[in-house]
Amino acid sequence: MAETLFEKIWNSHVVVERENEPSLIYIDRHLVHEVTSPQAFDGLRENHRKVRRPDLTVATIDHNVPTTDRSLPMIDETSSIQIKTLEQNCNDFGIKLFGINDPNQGIVHVIGPQLGITLPGSTIVCGDSHTSTQGAFGAFAFGIGTSEVEHTLATQTLWLEKPKTFEILATGKRKNSFAVTSKDIILSIIKKIGTNGGTGHVLEYSGDAISDLSMEQRMTICNMSIEAGSRAGLIAPDEKTFDYLNNRQYTPENYDDLVDDWKNNLMSDTNSKFDKSFTIDVGKIEPQVSWGTNPAMVCDITGKIPTPEEFGCNNEIQIQSAKKALAYMDLEPETPIVEIPIDRVFIGSCTNARLEDLIDAAKIVKGKTVNSDVNAMVVPGSQMVKLEAEKLGLDKIFKDANFEWRESGCSMCLGMNPDILKPGERCASTSNRNFEGRQGSGGQTHLVSPVMAAASAIAGHFVDVREWS
Amino acid sequence: MKPFSKIISIITPFDKANVDTDQIIPKQFLKLITKSGFGKFLFYDWRFDHNGQPKSDFVLNNSIYRDSQILVTNENFGCGSSREHAVWALKDFGFNVIISPSFADIFYSNCFKNGVLPIVLDIEKIQKLLQFKDKIELDLSSQKIIFGDESINFEIDFHRKIRLLKGLDDIDLTLKENERIENFEKNSSILPIF
Repeated sequence: MAETLFEKIWNSHVVVERENEPSLIYIDRHLVHEVTSPQAFDGLRENHRKVRRPDLTVATIDHNVPTTDRSLPMIDETSSIQIKTLEQNCNDFGIKLFGINDPNQGIVHVIGPQLGITLPGSTIVCGDSHTSTQGAFGAFAFGIGTSEVEHTLATQTLWLEKPKTFEILATGKRKNSFAVTSKDIILSIIKKIGTNGGTGHVLEYSGDAISDLSMEQRMTICNMSIEAGSRAGLIAPDEKTFDYLNNRQYTPENYDDLVDDWKNNLMSDTNSKFDKSFTIDVGKIEPQVSWGTNPAMVCDITGKIPTPEEFGCNNEIQIQSAKKALAYMDLEPETPIVEIPIDRVFIGSCTNARLEDLIDAAKIVKGKTVNSDVNAMVVPGSQMVKLEAEKLGLDKIFKDANFEWRESGCSMCLGMNPDILKPGERCASTSNRNFEGRQGSGGQTHLVSPVMAAASAIAGHFVDVREWS
Repeated sequence: MKPFSKIISIITPFDKANVDTDQIIPKQFLKLITKSGFGKFLFYDWRFDHNGQPKSDFVLNNSIYRDSQILVTNENFGCGSSREHAVWALKDFGFNVIISPSFADIFYSNCFKNGVLPIVLDIEKIQKLLQFKDKIELDLSSQKIIFGDESINFEIDFHRKIRLLKGLDDIDLTLKENERIENFEKNSSILPIF
């Protein structure tokens, strides 16, 4: 029978399957970070359990780390305790940790692919919803809660109800492939299918417009699948995938054989059936800017803030949500997006802080200066990204333009470290969530691509970045 | 985990859609390394003003609802971050049941791991329930919500129900399948990282 890519991965990982019951699924890769793991390790200790497969488990520290000089002592004691707790847990349970001063430290979803730990056809979990990022490699990668972290540590498996499948077909060609980015594609998709359009489903992205994208651009798409309610996004691997993972630090030794196998197996069969389907023509997509407090509240750069009624289309719940969002964001309907001034710019996060993101942003910034009313920062996704960027001289371009150039981590995407917005500050952010208070209590977040963030930093307000390229 | 027993409580109306886990428990409170003590931070930015004083117009600050165990909310509850701290905070505050037209997947799954029952009901049933101001009776074993002379049935996966009712530990159950896990490991080409 014809199967989708997801069904093939699922079927090859079933340990226990009984009619009308959740299935027990084997987990190939478990990534761990400091925020969602302490209680899981405590659970193991209380029950005298071990980590079943330390050789399939890897940890890093990303959410709490300061992005300033790491030779200085940490100011925040609670963050420091959480970091020390993970160090102790990894030591006690024999787990490899890329710690705060390790050259491989970085945002967990950035380092997985970069180290060749992420593999096509595998099942990958992490106590973090943006684990979906790694679906770009044709892996079933999804976020879990702390209880499931403990369960995976103890058993290397999870009980799962089989999700449904949702095909997202992206056709056409972007009108300006520098200024219209994969971030704009995924924001446009979420705008159309809604924040719960993908709930209960795995999204499989396909079509020429997806094949066109680099691996790093594909990761941005899969990363934000969760913002459409979907635990996982998936893209069938191709030559770009296999090239990307070749010769990484932890790429398996028999890689060529694996690639042969993946080439023959890891795609949805021609006649396979999806539970749902949606098609988008990327030729019609403009650069996007979010205006509200969820990632479906998004607008074209040439557009205006919608009225709640326009946004809600007769749906009273949506109309009320839009009213609350506009009040929180301190925005008036009908305001042109390009007239919204900004105070802060954050280029970072597991969505958009890989090398290509920084290269593209630097192209905009080169030779220019950040607007005097704006405070802008770049936080590379990992120490390796930072190092590679510095080899290309990107740090100098950013610093010359008055951007701050920081150490890697999750940083102001969620503000668990000192990088936060003050109440009322408006930020152009390359991250993934514009929820109330996400980047700091009272902070106002606009989700954009790295090139849009860079251009807005220079201009002091949103701009049609197509005119800058 | 304690077995899930019958609940008799008034309901707390919480008419918001797309409530994300960042709202349920803001990030500054994720640094605790225990599972307890999160209740006082539940909905922090909505519950308290910038001086840390309770906002009088926020429903959870209304003393009528102080002992309520049932939160009735709107669609897509628990979206966003996978943080289980959101469920720990709701549970610690006193909520054992969340009723909504729809839940985000990870949040929904996290509830069951902590003895919290998430119930999906369509909006018409929720509206009806919200009109009832006295205590309601919620019985998981018969899958019934009884209010006054009326009752509503709700759906729930049979295995999840049993696990809640018996307070079973997931890991204990899984370890009973150890032989099959070992067989899987023997017969599959699992690739160690190290």
